[in-house]
Amino acid sequence: MSDLRELYQQVILDHNKNPRNFHEMADADRRVEGYNPLCGDHYTFFVRLDGDTIKDVSFTGSGCAISKASASVMSSTVKGKSKDEAESLFETFHRLVTGDASGLSAADLGRLAAFSGVSEFPARVKCATLAWHTLRSALQGTEEKVSTE
Amino acid sequence: MTNVKTRTMSDERGTMNDESLDEPSSFIVHRSSLIDRPYDIQKIRSDFPILKRPARGKDLVYLDNAATTQKPQQVIDRIVRYYTQENSNVHRGVHYLSEVATKHYEDARVDVQRFLNARDVKEIVFTRGTTEGINLVAQSWGRANVREGDEIVISAIEHHSNIVPWQMLCAEKGATLRIIPVDDQGDLLLDEYERMLNPRVKLVAVGHASNALGTINPIRRIIAAAHANGSLVLIDGAQGVPHMRVDVQSLGCDFYAFSGHKVYGPTGVGVLYGREALLDAMPPWQGGGDMILSVSFEKTTYNALPYKFEAGTPNIAGVVGLAAALDYVSSIGLDHIAAYEHDLLLYVTRRLQEIDGLRIIGTAREKAAVVSFVLQGVHPHDIGTILDQEGIAVRTGHHCAQPLMLRYNVPATGRASFGLYNTKEEADALVAGLHKVIEVFK
Repeated sequence: MSDLRELYQQVILDHNKNPRNFHEMADADRRVEGYNPLCGDHYTFFVRLDGDTIKDVSFTGSGCAISKASASVMSSTVKGKSKDEAESLFETFHRLVTGDASGLSAADLGRLAAFSGVSEFPARVKCATLAWHTLRSALQGTEEKVSTE
Repeated sequence: MTNVKTRTMSDERGTMNDESLDEPSSFIVHRSSLIDRPYDIQKIRSDFPILKRPARGKDLVYLDNAATTQKPQQVIDRIVRYYTQENSNVHRGVHYLSEVATKHYEDARVDVQRFLNARDVKEIVFTRGTTEGINLVAQSWGRANVREGDEIVISAIEHHSNIVPWQMLCAEKGATLRIIPVDDQGDLLLDEYERMLNPRVKLVAVGHASNALGTINPIRRIIAAAHANGSLVLIDGAQGVPHMRVDVQSLGCDFYAFSGHKVYGPTGVGVLYGREALLDAMPPWQGGGDMILSVSFEKTTYNALPYKFEAGTPNIAGVVGLAAALDYVSSIGLDHIAAYEHDLLLYVTRRLQEIDGLRIIGTAREKAAVVSFVLQGVHPHDIGTILDQEGIAVRTGHHCAQPLMLRYNVPATGRASFGLYNTKEEADALVAGLHKVIEVFK
């Protein structure tokens, strides 16, 4: 049970039940779908930009607790950040969930730390990173479907 | 209340009632005129070495048999013996080992012929699996016989492997793919099917049993209606052969495809049965060695059946392993297995229905021992991870049947699929694991 509690930390269960920024956005500059065909995780992300700054992020869709909580935490984490800062957060997050957290401080991680348990569950890494991959493609301006398969 | 009815093999089951529901699953006696041997589950389990290994530090509870089954020692030993004592290429050399390998390979074909009760051994083509068998028919028979404006009929509950090959054929030929609808329980709407039949329908391709819902389709009625309409019928038997006796002559189907690995045999080998007259008239599919009689740069003469469809060195070890697997299930008896699994299905269905917030997707009148389910507020993928921590292997996802998930308005389901070695205790472990899922997510 301990590994499970590590994976399904309270923050994740909370964001899964009550996802933040979980709505459509009428005035979005970018709108990108993220899809994980193996699990059936399927989200649409909306991004509003002001120059290089991410003014607002929201999402809709459905998927497992890990993917939904990750999308929710990501949406509140990157709001107000620059594109470069968001990219660097993605790299930090990716290292965390793939078990390469050496040198990452609590300050680097912030709320993202709740996903530390994912690294013990290799099959779930793609759930955790779906939102981030989709955001990256939204920021790069690719309006295509993103898949983590 | 789920509507799971006793299978139509009522001859054997008529006297059973619910006697076995309360007996420990370790030793269930099925009384009938046909089956008077006990179903020795302990002996059967001991035949499967992998069932002794732990998973995540717990006893392995393997409930993913619709994806692939485990292999008995008899099959493993047979493959080892082939590579230890018999390995050579087939149909080629004049040397001793080539003769040995060829004999075992062709003996296996006779075993399959008897297993399916095919009329002639020439009607048995070895493939890589069900998917390849269906593609063979779509590409060889289909490209030669389907024309613009023709129709192919499949059902709403097909596996992708019985959808995509026909979509590809229809796209190439300008033909139309038509879909037999399914009701909320998972039964095909046969009246609508029969109304679909018209002179343009060249082929009906349906699964014997659904991998995602467990529905056993009424293929006799489907075949009879198609034949009355002058249409051919292909049965995707991937989920049929492991669970029930199949007699292709009695069914009257034109093609029947199945996989070795779903019936306790090796991966990478399967069978396509086709009626001789049809196979004979079909052009070859893949070109290469074994499928030719003579080759010159001007003209190639193709080999006779079934070699015409077996280009290249076949999966010889797989074929002899498959024969060992069919021998294994035959020695237990397919009717025996079907009755045992049906008891398991009734039991696990009843136990799952006791769980608050759990909904079974697929409650057809006749079912194989496959239970798809969703749990309120918990995504199937999370269910899968938590069960896995308990050593319980289930499949979660869309089960290669995305249109079906859409039909039931779920993104995915959890699926527990039972095989001949599973027990009621394992069903209990599943239920306990699901309570753990609820605890994590409460």
